[in-house]
Amino acid sequence: MFRAIIQSIKIASTSLLSNKLQSLLTMLGIIIGVASVVVIMSIGSGAQSLILSEIKNLGTNLIAVIPGYGDDDDAFASLGGFAVTTLTYDDAVALRNKRDVPNVVAVAAYSKGFGTAEWKSETYSTSLTGTTASHLEVMGGDLKEGRFFNAEEEKRFSRVAVLGSDVRDELLGQSDALGQKIKINDYTFDIIGVMEERGVVVMEDFDDQIFIPIKTAQRMSGVNYVGFIRIKVDSEERVFDTEEDIKMVLRERHNIKDQSGGNDDFMVKNIAEALAMITEITNSLRYFLAIMAGMSLIVGGIGIMNIMFISVTERTREVGLRKALGANNLHILGQFLVEAIFVTVIGGIIGIILGVIISFIISVGAHLLGYDWDFIISFGSIILALFVSSGVGLFFGFYPAHKASKLNPIKALRYE
Amino acid sequence: MSLIEVKNLKRTFEDGVKTYALRDTSFTIEKGEFLAIMGPSGSGKSTLMHILGMLDRASGGKFIFDGKDVSKLDDNELATLRNKEIGFVFQSFNLLQRTTVLDNVILPLIYSEDKIDVRKRATEVLKSVGLEHRLDHYTNQISGGEKQRVAIARALVNKASVIFADEPTGNLDSKSGAQIMKILQELNDQGNTIILVTHETYTAECAERILSLKDGELVSDKKVTSRRRVNKDDIIK
Repeated sequence: MFRAIIQSIKIASTSLLSNKLQSLLTMLGIIIGVASVVVIMSIGSGAQSLILSEIKNLGTNLIAVIPGYGDDDDAFASLGGFAVTTLTYDDAVALRNKRDVPNVVAVAAYSKGFGTAEWKSETYSTSLTGTTASHLEVMGGDLKEGRFFNAEEEKRFSRVAVLGSDVRDELLGQSDALGQKIKINDYTFDIIGVMEERGVVVMEDFDDQIFIPIKTAQRMSGVNYVGFIRIKVDSEERVFDTEEDIKMVLRERHNIKDQSGGNDDFMVKNIAEALAMITEITNSLRYFLAIMAGMSLIVGGIGIMNIMFISVTERTREVGLRKALGANNLHILGQFLVEAIFVTVIGGIIGIILGVIISFIISVGAHLLGYDWDFIISFGSIILALFVSSGVGLFFGFYPAHKASKLNPIKALRYE
Repeated sequence: MSLIEVKNLKRTFEDGVKTYALRDTSFTIEKGEFLAIMGPSGSGKSTLMHILGMLDRASGGKFIFDGKDVSKLDDNELATLRNKEIGFVFQSFNLLQRTTVLDNVILPLIYSEDKIDVRKRATEVLKSVGLEHRLDHYTNQISGGEKQRVAIARALVNKASVIFADEPTGNLDSKSGAQIMKILQELNDQGNTIILVTHETYTAECAERILSLKDGELVSDKKVTSRRRVNKDDIIK
């Protein structure tokens, strides 16, 4: 049997090489299928690591407090925080108290909305972020010009604004920004600073925002609650303890007796949880796309089946001869199966090489576009691709091979 | 004990109507014989060869090969027996294309479980038919006579008990044909059993004994009185 397998591989390789174009066309479906699976897995990993590294850059020592209470599924619904009114500015102030929350470094509260800014004849609509002076301490970010507003201005309802770099370019063009007066939703503001370009960090475009003091923002929209609060902790190890401290403080302030958390009107989330959630989402997306791409392997497999039928018909006499010389049904079945698997595995290897090259080009392109994109090819996806493509050969090659093995030797020998 | 013993062998084909390709044929073939099966086309000589060569099964009667009742064997056992005991030489050579002479001769060995050096064995056999200079040629690079000699080497490589030659000179010019017949006679002289299927009297007379078939029936079974010995430069027409 071993000799027969070696010989089958030899025959398969000679016939592949003698009809190069035909072989390539036969394998094309497998090549495209395997290459797209490899590329999608690679892009998925690259994008995932990009998102995760952005989150990690924010710091894994961040905690978010969101108003309302729900399962994880509802968490996004309350992120905007417009409807739920249970968190206040004073809650944020209370969380700054080192006695109650010993590991706190900084606390920032946010009230987000939309604003239309006007300067001379220009208008520009963007997101309006009401925040505390501590925003930079919590979220980071550098100023290109001027300064951020201070705690004094925050308390005094000052009408001062700090522009994201895109807002500045869109609204003011080449003109000087500092000291200019702009109107936001018909209120007049002084521009005191412009942020350095930062790009999109975890789906939030920091360049396309206007930052104003949170109390000013609350007064403009007539609310007395905040959208969410972010707390920076002094070390990652203290995150879980600090979460408990925060819950104690807020329960006391909100008169919640139940310490089990069942009656809480707020949620405390940390970056580690967000990381786990995003990993889960991107993973399922990646596998879903890979399966979609894998569908083309079925199309490729049907191509293989077709070519195997042609091959069996073309070589009917050869089958008859082999049987006359003593090959049994299993030998013939094995021969055609080995040939089908050989073709799909060669196709799979070409597909893997192609997929790796395309993934590499994409990562180079992403770097040129300024993304910190990792070129990731997992060993597992390559093994899987090889395994799947040989499986395709086995599955789609079986019926033609079976048909060949059942040929009557005399009829086969006489076949013209 | 005879090598082949056939008793009341029948072969019918059912294709709407029942046709008799072979009716009640009985004969024996001894080890070392050179036998010719003769008859016009449609006489049943190919059917008989297919049954004796274990490519086909009889519809009735007995076929004992070397003491074994062949009709009781399953397809896999038949394949194994074919591989070990029978060598075929066909009119149209039936060599594998895009394959070397050596690999063609090795072909029966890959289906055998014998632990031997297949290349060495195939080379020896090719040498015995005078093709040692053609080992690595592809089968489309050699002449018709050489092709048939490759086929003979292939039939010999498993040390078969009997060689079936089905119109072996049919596709050859007369000189190459003579060479092939000479090789077959030499092989017979060395003790090989040879069964030749032909419709040419001239070729049949190279054998020791002729079975004549007509309409599926054995009409005569006689020794060749003046056996033709083929010499190197004879021409078979």
